[in-house]
Amino acid sequence: MCNQTVSLVATEMERQGITTVVLQLLRLAAERVGPPRALLVPFRHGYPLGTPHDHAGQHRVIEAAFRLLEDPSRSPPVLEEFRA
Amino acid sequence: MGDLNEFPLSLRLFLQAYPWRRVTPVPWAPLRRPLSQSRVALVTSAGFVRPSQTPFDGGIRGGDTSFRVIPGDAELSELNDGQRSESFDHTGMRQDPNLAFPLDRLRELAARGRIGSVAPRHLSYMGSITAPGRLIRETAVEGAKILTEDQTDAALLVPV
Repeated sequence: MCNQTVSLVATEMERQGITTVVLQLLRLAAERVGPPRALLVPFRHGYPLGTPHDHAGQHRVIEAAFRLLEDPSRSPPVLEEFRA
Repeated sequence: MGDLNEFPLSLRLFLQAYPWRRVTPVPWAPLRRPLSQSRVALVTSAGFVRPSQTPFDGGIRGGDTSFRVIPGDAELSELNDGQRSESFDHTGMRQDPNLAFPLDRLRELAARGRIGSVAPRHLSYMGSITAPGRLIRETAVEGAKILTEDQTDAALLVPV
C-alpha cells in the first residue's frame, strides 16, 4: 500500500507544479497506479534505498531517481528500473 | 524483488485483487530550473514521527491518511518508526532512517551542489492506506500546499 500512497501524493504535487519522482518496490503497484515518474528498485519492502548505512549505494538510487527528474525527453507515466 | 513473492499467500491474493487507484490523466510538471538550483523535499510513507508529535493511529479502518511535517534540520536519530504494517521488516529503517527518509543524503547533495537546497519542510505519511479517498481529496492536497508555500521545486517520494 505504501507504493500507492506515495504515488497518489506525488500526483497531487505534480498538479500543484512540483516535479516528483517516486521510488517503487512493487511492479504490480507501479504499473496499476501509474504515477508521473517512478523508479522501480530491486529491494524488498522496508529497504527502499538498499542497505542500511551504505551511503554510496543510497546515493546511487537517489541519483538514478534524480536523472528521471531532469530528463526533458520523457512523457508520463515514466516507469524505469534501477540497475544496481 | 519488485514482485509479490516476498509476501505470504494471503497478502499476495489481496494485492492481486485490490482495486488500485489508477492515476488518470497523469499530471506532469517539468523541472522549472536545473536541479543544482532547485529546492528539494522528501516524502516518506514510513510513518516517522518526532517525539513531540502525535503518533499515527493504526486503528483507523482503511488507514490513517494524516501526515507529519519533519523540519529540514531534524535529527534522524530522534524519529520514531510509527509505521504499523507488519508485512515488512522494520529493522533496516530503525537502524538507519535514511533508508526510507534520506535526509542526510539530501544534505550531502546540497553541500556538493548537486541540488540547490534542502527544503525547510518534509512530509511523513503512514503508507498502510487501503482506502485512499481522504488522502486524495484532503491530505495529499494539504501536504503539497506546504511544499508549494516553501517554494519547493521537486520532491523524492519513498515508500517502505
